[in-house]
Order: sequence, then C-alpha cells, then structure tokens
Amino acid sequence: MAKISIEDVKKVAKLSGLTLSDAECETYREQFAEILAYIDRLAGVDTNGVEPTYQVTGLVNVMRDDTVIDYGVDQKALLSNAPDALAAQLKVKRVLG
Amino acid sequence: MKQPLIAPIVEAVRSGKTTAVAQVTEAIARAEKAKDFNAIISMTTDRALERARMIDERVARGETTGRLLGVPFIAKDNFLTFGGETTAASTMLKGFMAPYQSTAIERLEAEGAICIGKANLDAFAHGGSTENSDFGPTLNPHDKSRVPGGSSGGSAASVALSIVPFALGTDTGGSIRLPASYCGVVGFKPTYGRVSRFGVVAMASSTDTIGPLATTVADAALVLECMAGLDARDSTSLPKPLETVAITNAPKALRIGVIKECMGEGIDPMTRQVVEAKIADFKAAGHSVETVSIPSTELALAVYYVVVPAEISSNLARFDGIRFGYSAKDAESLQETYEKSRSAGFNTENKRRIMIGNYVLSSGYYDAYYKRAQTVRTIIMKEYTAAFAKYDVLLSPVAPTAAFALGAKADPLAMYMVDVMTVGPSLAGLPAISVPLEVGKELPVGLQIIGAAGHDALVLQVAAHAEAA
Repeated sequence: MAKISIEDVKKVAKLSGLTLSDAECETYREQFAEILAYIDRLAGVDTNGVEPTYQVTGLVNVMRDDTVIDYGVDQKALLSNAPDALAAQLKVKRVLG
Repeated sequence: MKQPLIAPIVEAVRSGKTTAVAQVTEAIARAEKAKDFNAIISMTTDRALERARMIDERVARGETTGRLLGVPFIAKDNFLTFGGETTAASTMLKGFMAPYQSTAIERLEAEGAICIGKANLDAFAHGGSTENSDFGPTLNPHDKSRVPGGSSGGSAASVALSIVPFALGTDTGGSIRLPASYCGVVGFKPTYGRVSRFGVVAMASSTDTIGPLATTVADAALVLECMAGLDARDSTSLPKPLETVAITNAPKALRIGVIKECMGEGIDPMTRQVVEAKIADFKAAGHSVETVSIPSTELALAVYYVVVPAEISSNLARFDGIRFGYSAKDAESLQETYEKSRSAGFNTENKRRIMIGNYVLSSGYYDAYYKRAQTVRTIIMKEYTAAFAKYDVLLSPVAPTAAFALGAKADPLAMYMVDVMTVGPSLAGLPAISVPLEVGKELPVGLQIIGAAGHDALVLQVAAHAEAA
C-alpha cells in the first residue's frame, strides 16, 4: 500500500509547477493514496524477460527531407496569443534576481 | 434500419436540391434549439456561412467534387480551427485563437465539409463524463439528469440531438467510444496513427487518436476515409493507406471472440442482456462465436492510469503563461508566472493527472511505476495478438453500465473505472468502435467491436453488419 505524505504531495506539486492550498494538499494526498494503491497491483505481475513498450506503431527513425515546409503561419498570428509581447518578441518577467 | 445521412446531403447539394447555406443555417438553428444540453462551447457561424456561400458559388459554376460537399459538422474543442476560439474546455485556453488548423479539419474542409461549432469536453479531455469541463457539463440527450459520457461528450450529444450528421472526437482511453455508447450513436476509434494528430491539443501521445461520431457506420466510415492517411506533420501517422471495403456487403464467415473478462461480475444486467442478444444474432447469421480470455483486462486500467498521466504531465508542461494560454497578471517573477498561471488555468482533475504523472516519472519511482506499467503493456499487447491469431474481431460491452447520473462519480478512482473495457485497445493501438444496440425505451448501450491493428475496414464492416441485423 502506497504511503503518501503531505510532503510528497508538496514535492510533486513543486515539480509540476503548481501551488496548492493546505486543504488541496490533504485532498490530493487521500486521492493519490487510493489511486496508487490501485496501481500497485502491477507490482504482482511477473515481468521477467518482458521488454517495455513505449509506442505501438513499429515505426523507427521517421525521416523527412531537410527542406523548409511553409506552414502558412505568420509571426503576428502566433504573437497575438501571447500574454505580453514587444517588438515581435515575447516579454517575460525578470529571470535573474 | 437507420439510413446514412451524409451521402444524401452531398447529393442534394450537388444537384441543387438544397444549398450549403441552407444546410448550415438549419444546423445552426438546431444547435440553438438544443442549447439546454450544453453540447457546444462556441459556434463558428460567420466562417461557416462564408464557407457555405463559397461552396454554393462553386456548385453554381459546376464544380461539384467533394465527398462531404456542404455537410455541416461539429469538432471537439481540442481541434485547432479557424473562425473562433479553441479552448479544450479549459480556463487555460479561453481566448486562444488558433494560428493554423488541424490536419483533420483541413482534410474535411478540402472535401467540402463545414465546421459550424466546437463541442464541449472534459477540460484537456481528462475525464469520462464531460463533467470536468470548465464550461459546465453536457447533459445526456436521452435523460438530462445523466452524463453523456466523455471526454467527447459534446460531440456525441451533438450527433444524438441531430444537430449535425457527424462530429469529430478524440479517443485516448475510450473518449469516443464511451460517449457514443451513452448517447446511442456510432463512435469509431481507428488504429493508432491512422489519422494525423497535427493541430490537436495533445493529451497522451502514445494513445491519442482521432475519429468520427455519427448516426450510422456508413457515415463514420466516410468521414474516416476523408481524414485518414500519412501526414508529414505527424511522424506517428501510418504510411500504410487505409483499406476501403464496401461495408454494406455482409462480412465473410467470421471467427468472433467474446472477451470473458468483460462479461463477468460488475456488468449491469441490462447491458449484459442486450450484448448477449447481439451475440446471438451473430451466431444465427452463421458466424463462429467463442469466449476468449484477455486475462490482463483489469490490469490495463492500472497501466493506463500510470502511462497516460505520465504523458499528460509532459504534454501539459508547455502551458507556462508565457507564449499562449492563461497568464497570471500579478506574478512578480518568472517562476511565479509559471506557478500562478498553471494553478489558476488548470482544473482539479488536470492537476491530479499532472501530479500523478510527475510522481510516477520521478526519480525513485520511475522503475516501480512507469517502466513496470510499460512492461505490463507489452503483456497486454501479446494477449491481444494471441487472440487475433484465432479470431477476426473481439466483442465486449463498451462500458459496464449505461449512462450514470451527473455527480454520481465524485471519487476520481470510481470515474477512472468507467474506462475499464476501453483502455486495453487504446494501449495496444487497436481499432475499436461503439455501435448502439437495440434497447427499446431503456438508456443506450454500445457494443464494442475490436480489430487487430490496421484492420479498421473490417471493424467498420462488422459494425455495419451489427447495426443492420
């Protein structure tokens, strides 16, 4: 049975770029314990000599010609969705303190 | 027997008996009338009418090609489309104007189809009921107190409400098949890689697929044919072309396997009864029907809820409040921009999946969860391969029960269990369809027909047969 602490939840929230309230942390802790307990049944499966499958197409190293494809997308349309832009560049908060 | 809807519309537009503008106008009116069901997030009225006028002008000039000429449709709101916002039903993407369109949409438009609106879904397609939409739940067209299924609930409801003859959905673990089953329409999830996913909001890249929801199998097959095929913009799209078959021809004598694990305990008696009645029809038509065991059926759900959250956590990492999507205005630093934007833009279920995903991928747990799940995935695939050595298609219900009541599955794990019969084919990349069964006055129940990878045409043919019998 997976033991999940509040600290575990806080750590994974940080890794996920999320901020949680104390109440949210507790709710997620209970739910994660339940979900991970369900997932734990995988531990009982005999996987000796079995390789993992990460994708199912069987395609390997899909190549294309090294030519420019015109996607018909202009810079203006792309930047129009940006929360903040200046002189055709994305504007962000200070990176270094 | 239900008649195909699309071909007669195309014929009528081609011959001048109706116009694309009339088709679009009527569909928009039907959407307006069915507003209570909340199946649609936004309409793309202006662009739809403009395209319809353009098509009518072409027809007037004698240019009448296009297998979907003048046919209105609705796309799930995780397809990038022109003419309005693309939100994935998430606060994160409210206001987002797609700078380009999905390949699937482009291909349908090239055949003369017209997108009139964007369907509701669980935000980022995370869910099985459409209750996780940040725009409110869609209601089941057969009973407003029940869910339509999800995550393509708005698409299924739009077809069930006869707003449009077909809609587009996405299916990562059952998101086309489940709402098709709950709403009583046809929903097809093709072989993984059959339809390009370029321009569709990514959820779990190793199982995401695109497919049609429609009133009849013939309509679904036609839409699939128009969308399928290699696309240089999606390197997972399959180079081998889709086979086409005359689905109206009865299939040859089939070897059919009924999945034992899907007919056992926990199946609602009504669901069992209508599925067994259909199985009896197959036997009576001269097909060989046997029971087959896929022992890992239940393990597939555990595998799915490791692999899919892992891929979600990776795919949704791009939403950082910088380039597009929700951005917190009160952030003081770059790190705060990330955290405040993501915390406000994602909903509870999105966060749950992102965090489970990051947990199973994190150092110390990777081998125990993620790698182990992908290894069990191999075992599941081998079980299907062994089954398809003996059988042409496999049958099961789509879900253990008919549509449940809104709010009935507040516990996340209980909601995840709804996918128990659909996630196996998703993990293995197999084509699978939901076909409505004869239920009289009861709530709709779908039969799931699963084929070997690449055998989309056979699945459609068997489905057309199941629909007719």
